[in-house]
Amino acid sequence: MLSFLSRRVLHAIPTLLGITLLLFVLFHWVGGNPVYRLLGKNANAVEIARMTHQLGLDKPFWNQYWDYLRDLSHGSFGRSWETKQRVSEMILDGLGPSLSLAIPAFILSALISLAMALTAALYRDRWLDRLLVVLSVCGMSLSVLTFIIAAQYLFAFRAGWFPISGWEPGLTGVPFLALPILIWVAASLGASVRFYRAVFLEEMRREYVVTARAKGLSWPRVLVHHVLPNAMIPILTQLVMELPMLFTGSLLLENFFGIPGLGNMSVNAINASDLPVIKAMTFIGSVLYIAANIVGDALYAWFDPRVRVS
Amino acid sequence: MRDLWNKIRRRFGRDKLALFSVTVISIYIVAGLLALIGILAPHYAQSVGEAYAPPSWVHPLGLDVLGRSIWDRVVQGARVALIVGFVSTFIAIPFGTVLGLIAGYFRGVVDAFVVWLYSTLDSVPTILLLLTLALVLPTGKGLATVCIALGVTSWVSTCRVVRGEVIRQKEFDYVRAARSLGATDSRILFVHVLPNALHLILVQASLVFVYSIKSEIILSYLGVGVQNFPSWGVMIDDARLELVGRGVWWQFAAATGALFILVLAFNLFNDALRDALDPNQS
Repeated sequence: MLSFLSRRVLHAIPTLLGITLLLFVLFHWVGGNPVYRLLGKNANAVEIARMTHQLGLDKPFWNQYWDYLRDLSHGSFGRSWETKQRVSEMILDGLGPSLSLAIPAFILSALISLAMALTAALYRDRWLDRLLVVLSVCGMSLSVLTFIIAAQYLFAFRAGWFPISGWEPGLTGVPFLALPILIWVAASLGASVRFYRAVFLEEMRREYVVTARAKGLSWPRVLVHHVLPNAMIPILTQLVMELPMLFTGSLLLENFFGIPGLGNMSVNAINASDLPVIKAMTFIGSVLYIAANIVGDALYAWFDPRVRVS
Repeated sequence: MRDLWNKIRRRFGRDKLALFSVTVISIYIVAGLLALIGILAPHYAQSVGEAYAPPSWVHPLGLDVLGRSIWDRVVQGARVALIVGFVSTFIAIPFGTVLGLIAGYFRGVVDAFVVWLYSTLDSVPTILLLLTLALVLPTGKGLATVCIALGVTSWVSTCRVVRGEVIRQKEFDYVRAARSLGATDSRILFVHVLPNALHLILVQASLVFVYSIKSEIILSYLGVGVQNFPSWGVMIDDARLELVGRGVWWQFAAATGALFILVLAFNLFNDALRDALDPNQS
């Protein structure tokens, strides 16, 4: 197991370097010279030359890339062009609000979609299953924008059941988070229910299910005690792969509901072309994705020893 | 190839939902083409009546803030969505296919490089990568940038699928037979192996298409997509304020409805395509 894990981590290093190279090229090379942006329209040539030198932008390509890697290894992402704040501080500030939305939404959506998928599998090809599948396909086809705007308008603005937007730390903030969490769950349900249903149906074709049925166990019992544990591997892997999403949060949800999290920060950075912030968010998001991949593989290897050998 | 076509036709002839999806997609394509050549919905940019006029017999979907016909704008939006879908699919699919063929067939260093390339790209959060590309590409904000950004980021799954299939197909006797008859590598790849992976590529193409349309909406909504032209994302952005401020729902309903129906049709189409081409089912 340990050798499997260390191999997996070693494999991640070239990918990580690839990501830094991709980001470096995109932002430094294609993105243009930030000095003009930082100094404004009235800067003269001397000032521009001095600033360019200060930022190390007159060095050769590989030296600048090396500088970037060194900064990253110190956890330094530079300063925002817009607020002049350290990007690392901005990210730490945004993490709390983002997670207060993302974690409950993630857990709720996993539980509800698993329950609905089990129900659909139990009643497969009957009207309840058909209804759930139809609803899932429709849900998948609706843009997340539609979910957000329609729900905010109908339930917060018209009906007044929820505050329209805002965020507060602690328990006083719960009413603000309720609607965004519900929207997150509703928007993710379609794809998840279909995926888990397919996983359950696949598992239900196996011989151990026939055996369990043959010895007289009822379908609900077979599903919960036999199929669910065996389907746990693909389900857990899928859930782990969704974890990095918790970090980026939902760009749009946070933006619409005025939640001061990382998603909102990213949208503001995009509107202001604040490249250091976008660069840092993209980098951290990528690192988390790689980490989630490794955890997912480790889970797989843990549950299924055959994976470890190959 | 012929076999593939027959399978699809048989399946779609039987399955009413599949037939419905093809009909809907065809209607959108025809509408988009007619809009492109200026026959359908030509007045999308000019005022034809009072601002915020509700739906009526003359203007079935109502008018927007400048008195422009929402019907015309929705149809032009279909044109934008289809352009984005087709262009990014035509960038991503050939690129992913060729890389996947080469990587799976030659293995070794080439394969290691291709796998590195797509695992790198795959690790970057897609929405952030798309937004970054839309900001930094030299083409500037607009339709072309959206197409390029989507094209160069969505080849990954195609490449992975094709590579896996080529690794499998390579061991079959027909490849050895072709090689012993003196066929060149490129002939083996494109004439013999490619047709056997075509069913997978078709499904991928359809997935990339619908994914591109959905992404264009988000990018345009965030203001880094289509500029100065009616796109469903731009319309939803406009509609958001008038919905809350004035209760004007028709622009929002029209844009999201048009998007929903097209994406729904594509989701049904994908399912039917996958079922038709699944070798385990026939």
